[in-house]
Formats: sequence, structure tokens, C-alpha cells
Amino acid sequence: MAADRSRLPTLGPERPLTFPEIRRTTLANGLRVWTVEHRQVPLVALLALVPVGASSDPSNRPGLAAITGDMMDEGAGDRSALDVHEALGRIGAQVDLEVGHDATVLALTTLERYASRGLELVRDMLIRPRFEQREFDRVRDLRLNRLLQLKDMPPALADRAFTQLLYRNHPYGHLPLGSEGALRSLMIRDISAFHRRAFVPSRTTVIAVGDATHDTLAGAVREAFENWPADGGGPIAEPDTFPDPPVPPSKLALVHRSGAAQSELRLGHVALPRRSPDYHAALVANLILGGQFVSRINMNLREDKGFTYGARTAFEFRRAPGPFVLHASVQSESTAEALREAIGEIEAIRGDRPITRDELELGRASLTRGYPRSFETADQIARGAAQLALYDLPDDYFGTFVPKVLALSETDVTAAAVKHIDPARLVGVVVGDRERLMPSLKALELGDVADVSVT
Amino acid sequence: MNIPYTKHTLSNGLDVLIHEDHAVPIVAVNLWYHVGSKNEVPGRTGFAHLFEHLMFEGSQHYDRGYFHPLQEAGASLNGSTNADRTNYWEVVPTNALDLALWMESDRMGYLLPALTDAKFDNQRDVVLNERRQNYENRPYGLAGMAIVAALYPPDHPYHWLTIGAADDIRAAHIDDVRAFFQRYYHPRNASLALAGDIDADRGLELAEHYFGEIAAGVEPDRVAVPPAPPPKHDVMMVLEDRVELPRLYLAWHSPALFADGDAELDLVAEVLSSGKTSRLYRALVYEQRIATEVAASQNSREAGSFFQIVATAAPGRTLAEVERAIAKEMSRLLERGPTDNELERCRAQAEAHFLFRLQTVGGFGGKSDQLNAYNTFLGDPGYFTRDLERYRAATPALLRQAAAAYLKPSGRVMLSVVPRGRLALALAGSQPATVS
Repeated sequence: MAADRSRLPTLGPERPLTFPEIRRTTLANGLRVWTVEHRQVPLVALLALVPVGASSDPSNRPGLAAITGDMMDEGAGDRSALDVHEALGRIGAQVDLEVGHDATVLALTTLERYASRGLELVRDMLIRPRFEQREFDRVRDLRLNRLLQLKDMPPALADRAFTQLLYRNHPYGHLPLGSEGALRSLMIRDISAFHRRAFVPSRTTVIAVGDATHDTLAGAVREAFENWPADGGGPIAEPDTFPDPPVPPSKLALVHRSGAAQSELRLGHVALPRRSPDYHAALVANLILGGQFVSRINMNLREDKGFTYGARTAFEFRRAPGPFVLHASVQSESTAEALREAIGEIEAIRGDRPITRDELELGRASLTRGYPRSFETADQIARGAAQLALYDLPDDYFGTFVPKVLALSETDVTAAAVKHIDPARLVGVVVGDRERLMPSLKALELGDVADVSVT
Repeated sequence: MNIPYTKHTLSNGLDVLIHEDHAVPIVAVNLWYHVGSKNEVPGRTGFAHLFEHLMFEGSQHYDRGYFHPLQEAGASLNGSTNADRTNYWEVVPTNALDLALWMESDRMGYLLPALTDAKFDNQRDVVLNERRQNYENRPYGLAGMAIVAALYPPDHPYHWLTIGAADDIRAAHIDDVRAFFQRYYHPRNASLALAGDIDADRGLELAEHYFGEIAAGVEPDRVAVPPAPPPKHDVMMVLEDRVELPRLYLAWHSPALFADGDAELDLVAEVLSSGKTSRLYRALVYEQRIATEVAASQNSREAGSFFQIVATAAPGRTLAEVERAIAKEMSRLLERGPTDNELERCRAQAEAHFLFRLQTVGGFGGKSDQLNAYNTFLGDPGYFTRDLERYRAATPALLRQAAAAYLKPSGRVMLSVVPRGRLALALAGSQPATVS
């Protein structure tokens, strides 16, 4: 029988997802150990989370947390830098170290039979890095070269300028990579002192997800980490003590790039923290406005106007209020028009074109029905659990996500949009050709266009 | 280690591959069309990819954007085009499998009635923006075009990149869309894989229900690939770009995907640049500190591959120094091959990668995508185990032999990318490359 093409098929009954059970224990030294059994493929994902990131950088040392992280695989425990990598290669490990604004995350996936060797390497990199001068000199040079190269990458320039404009001297006012001047003045002793102060067992969570029982996973973590002494450490900047960011000095800034083939745009403002009770409503509001392909902003700028390959908005959720931001790369001659359209969409969603029932349902459905996709691999589950640890979310968080989203009404979502996306506070950054863009940007009437250079 | 599957061919020629994995209530729908930029002709490059964009703009029975109903059902979805194939995929909750198959089959069977000039013009603009964003406005973004243009003669289908030339994209015509669709977008030139929370019998039934009615089409002729002999001498080119640090690209012709030597050269690339103990990283970046990064890769493709080494000079260092250091390491490798120890490490990494590939049912590189790759290029969806065997069987002698046969110290394509106005930073004797 041929398919009925007069209408789309309706959805069948939903099949429930059994959420992974996280089992939690704490070692005598205060380290939290979380395990999840995930028996599909003989792999194990090991993740260490320390809630210390770029926002903990001392104000005169931007980039300190990131380079500390970068030094972790440059010799650790009994192994030189080369030996660390030889050992990682021999267990086929996939390693990812990320220093964000709020946290340092060291993640390693390997074959289950190498779980103990993997944990030993995670342990050594995390708590026994050697911080040798020779390796530091080389790593710092590589970072400086990276900074140099980023000067030619419009997305990187836009991110830097936007971050500075939005947060200035606030702990979120610099990218984790830091600045050239600060990197040059860093000494190896700054790094070891920072590491001693920040990396302590009581701040750390180790998450093991994989093809073994809870007991086996927890036992392996305990064996690797139980001898990490509880003493030592010192205070680091905590996000709940961060001041409010200052009001940005201008509404629109231009980073000149002569002859640019396109304009790179950022537009947004400081919004809400991850632990806000409005989190779920804000997620839905963002999806409708600019958070997915069929969002208002992407449909307008890409599918209707053809200005761009794609435009997206997002709330960057952090421990303290992170930004709401629009990202897009648009054709140069349409730069001002694209900004005007984006601002128009932001105004409309809380003004004359409020969220409709259909949009609400689309936003809620894509979040809730797509939720099972986040629980497929061991690494995904470990990272999901890490969010719970970092933001101190309730143990039943996964299980309550869908009902919470489904309970939202148009009013709730519109209220979140009104409260957390404010056209009056928007500031924009454009990376593009000054001569070509300036007249049309001035015509936007967002005040003086600040001509900024990125440092 | 394998991906268990069933394979059936519908009467219209569509291959249907099904893999059951009930761990999570999701199903991956993955559809490959055996057409890519190598099916294009000079003057009309970039078309296969532009066409892919139009596949998301609605079909006869659902003439609105492709994303809306699927995202509402909780799907993630995407598509991509390369030189050899175009793929489309959705990962849907189990209860939305019908919807995904309806949507995929409608655009396979009934795209053209919904095609309009407005959609075509809009997506041509979107693609030109994609090109500006990802190639023209990106540092070193045009290097790939110069490399393939030098490796292959103008009438060779790998002479251009999939994104195509901007003028060709502008010159594309809506009538070309119709001809292209009729020639390449039909069951006989496609392969459908379903992986995830679905019973094999039910999956086949659904595939038949939604795709069975589509007319078979005529299997397109294989692309005529003219010979592309390696250059007799090194081809040396320079490109000025908005970059801070000069970068050197070295490229050689190498064996096609799955041909003898392909897996060996993939392992050679690992020996050269995977991890800090790899030869090139260790020599250039770690010890001599003359480069900030180095990467080697075997770029495997259906009708012939190329092997590439890319290294960026550290500030104050020259591309000549970088080239000499690479040449020294290559000559050592060509003479003596890798050590047992090195090969053991690289094989462990390769084996782990095969295991990592079993973690997801869908998306780029997931199990459904792999079944289709093996089926489309080899006619054997079960090739996973034999593919892995290619890596397990490698020996230091075989790696040395492959490197010696293909990565010779002459007949290379050598491209220097230098900061604008600093042509002197290129390797001596380089001629300006033309890219468009």
C-alpha cells in the first residue's frame, strides 16, 4: 500500500527513556565520585571536574587558569611530557581538556579494559602536573602564537570584543585564553601556586561512566584518588561574590578588518545564571527566537533574506549571569540591515508578535522529544552529569527536565523573554570593513559607533 | 567488533540496511545518494552542494521548510556533500520514524513540483554566504582550492572543491536542478540505512511503504576519471592571504579509499602527527620549535586520494626550515619505516577509533552513516570488520613500502601561504597560485 501523502504521519506513542542512574559517593579526602553503568560498548568515559576556570583568574593574570590546564599533559607524576602522550596513545585514549569561564574539565575516553590506566593518567595530569620551566616556555610560546593567529579570525575577534564590551573588568570580561601581555608576564611559579590553591579534592568531582558495574567503576576511582591529601588549597573567586557587570560604554562597536569578505556579528547583553528558576522558560524562548534552524531570526536572515549561511542566538549559561548573544556572519552590504532585522525580531517577540501557541509547542517539543538523544554515549552522559555537579543541580534533574518544560505556558515563556532579553540593553559588535560599513551603521541610530581594536 | 545488519533491495533498486540497537528510544535515518562534486563539470562546479540545500526547501506534499515538522518531533537532522556522495540524516525519537521516512521519501520522489525560482535564488545567496564565511573570510581558507587545482588537471573531477567556484554558483540555473535531480536522485542511486530502536522486519516494511512507490530511475554512469599522474617535478605555488604566520602545504597523490596502501598511509599519517610523540610533532613543534602546529592526513576518496602535510611556521622561522625538517623526517621514514613500538601505538589508537565509532546510531559518522559508506562504495555494508582488519594487518614494512611508493621527495605539490605583501616568505621558486 502506497503512503498517504495527503498529510504528515502522526507520531506514535512515546517510548520512555530510562535515565541513567548516577551513584554518588565521597572519599575521605572530600572528593566526590559519581558512577554510571553504561553497558553498550566496551568503553569508559572518565571526567574530572574542578569548578575553577577563567573567572577565577586573578585580575592581573588573565589566562592563568587556562594555561594551568594546558600544562597538565606536559609532564605529570613519573612521566615526562612525551611519556604522558606515549601512555595516552597506548590505551587509544581520546583526551579533551577544557578550561571554560567556570570550570576546568579533563575528559578521557578509553577501552574499558584500560580504565585503571586511564584513571591513573587523569589523576596524574590533574593533581601531579610537573610544571617544568622548559615545557612552560614552549607552551606559552604556542599560546602566544595562537593569540597572534586569532587576530585573523573574524569569529575570534568578535567574541573577544563582545566579551570586553559586555563585561569589562568583571571576572567574565576576558576569554580563557587571556591576553598577550598577561601571558608574557606569567611565571611558572604563578601556575604552580594557582594549581596548589585551586585544585583540591573537596572541590573536585570525578565521574566514571562505562561498561562496568558501579562498584568496579567507583573502586577504580577510589584507588586512583584516595591518596590525594585533603589539606592545602586556598580561596578562589566564587561566582556568587561577583559584582554586577558595569553598563557597557557604547551600544555598537566596530572592529576594523579592511576588505572583509563578510561581517561577523555579535549582539546581546548579560542575562541570567544557570541556576535561575527561569532556566527552562528561557531555553524555550531562545529556541523560538533564534535557537534552532526554524527560529524567527534564522528564518528571517537566512531563509527569507539570504543575508547569511546561518544566524543563531543562545543564552550562555554560567554560574553567574552569562550573556544572551546572537552569532552570525552576514554579507557585508547587508550588515546594518541584518542588525536592524535581528533587533526587530527581539523587540517583536516581547512586543507586537508575542509567542504563539504553535511556536510554544514547537519549542517545547523539540526540547523534550529530543532529550533522549543526549544520553547515547558514555561521554555524553558524563558531561550531562558534570553539569549537575558544576551547577549544583538536584539529583533528580534529568527526570524532571521534560515535565518542567511541558508545564510551561505561552505566558511563562513570554515572561522569560521579557525579563531576560531586553532590546534596550543590547550591544553589538561588528567585525568588518570600516569604510564600507560606517555610514550604514551610524544610520542605525544606536549612538556613536566605537572603533575598537582587540587586545 | 562489528555492526550487525540486514540488507534488502526494493524492487525499484533502493538498498535498505537495518541495524538494531535498542539502548535508547531513537532511530537514525540515513540516506546516501551516490553523487558529489565529482559528478560536476567545469563551469558548473558547486552544484551538487547547492542542490543539497534545495532538498531542505520543501517537496510536493509538504511544501514548506524541511526542518519544522522534524524539529517539532524532537529530531536532529542535517546533510552534507563531498566529492563522492551526498548524505541526509535524521535522528528521531522512535515514535517519529514514520515522519522521517515520509519526509525523506517525499523529497526523493517529489522534489521538483515544489521547486521555485524564489527558493533557488535564495539558496544560491545562502551558499555564496557560506562560501564567504567558510573560505574567503577564513585564514588559509583558499589553500585547499589551490592544492586540488594543482594536483588534478582541469578536466579531472577532483580539480575543484565541493563548495565550487563563486562564478559557477552565480551561473547555476534552475533548469540544471531538474536535470540533476532526474539523473542522480532516485532509488537506484541511493542507499537507506536505519539504525536504532527498530525491529528489522518492521523497518523494511516501513521503507517499502514510503519508498516503494518511487520510480526506479536509471543508474547513472560512473564518472569518467581521466588519469592524473603525479607531477614529474615539485609544483611550487604561493598564495597571499590575511594571515600572521606562513604555512606550508605538501600534497601527494595516494591510493583511493579502500585500495591497497590506503589504510597504511592512514597509519603513516598517525605515525607522523598524532600526539606529541608522533615524528613530525615531536621534531618540528616539540624539539626544534620551528612550527606551531603540524598535521598529516590521508584524504581518502573513491577515485583517488591525496596525502597532505600542513605545518605553520613559528614566528621568525622560515618555511624553508620547516620544509627541510619535514623532508628529513620523511626520508628517515621512507628508509627505515616506523618502529614496532610506534606502529603498536598507532594501531591501538586506530582500533580505539573503530570502537568509538560504534557509540552513536546516527549523525555524521554514526553506525547508519558507516553502513551506507561501506554499501555505497563497496556494495558490502558488513565491511566494518574487514576495514578494521586492514589496520590490524599493517606492519612496519608495509607502512614503509606505502610511504616509499607514494610520498616521494619529488613530484609534490608545495603551497606556501604567506601574509599579504610578504611573498619573500614563500619557498624559493614558488609561482602565484590562482584561485577563484
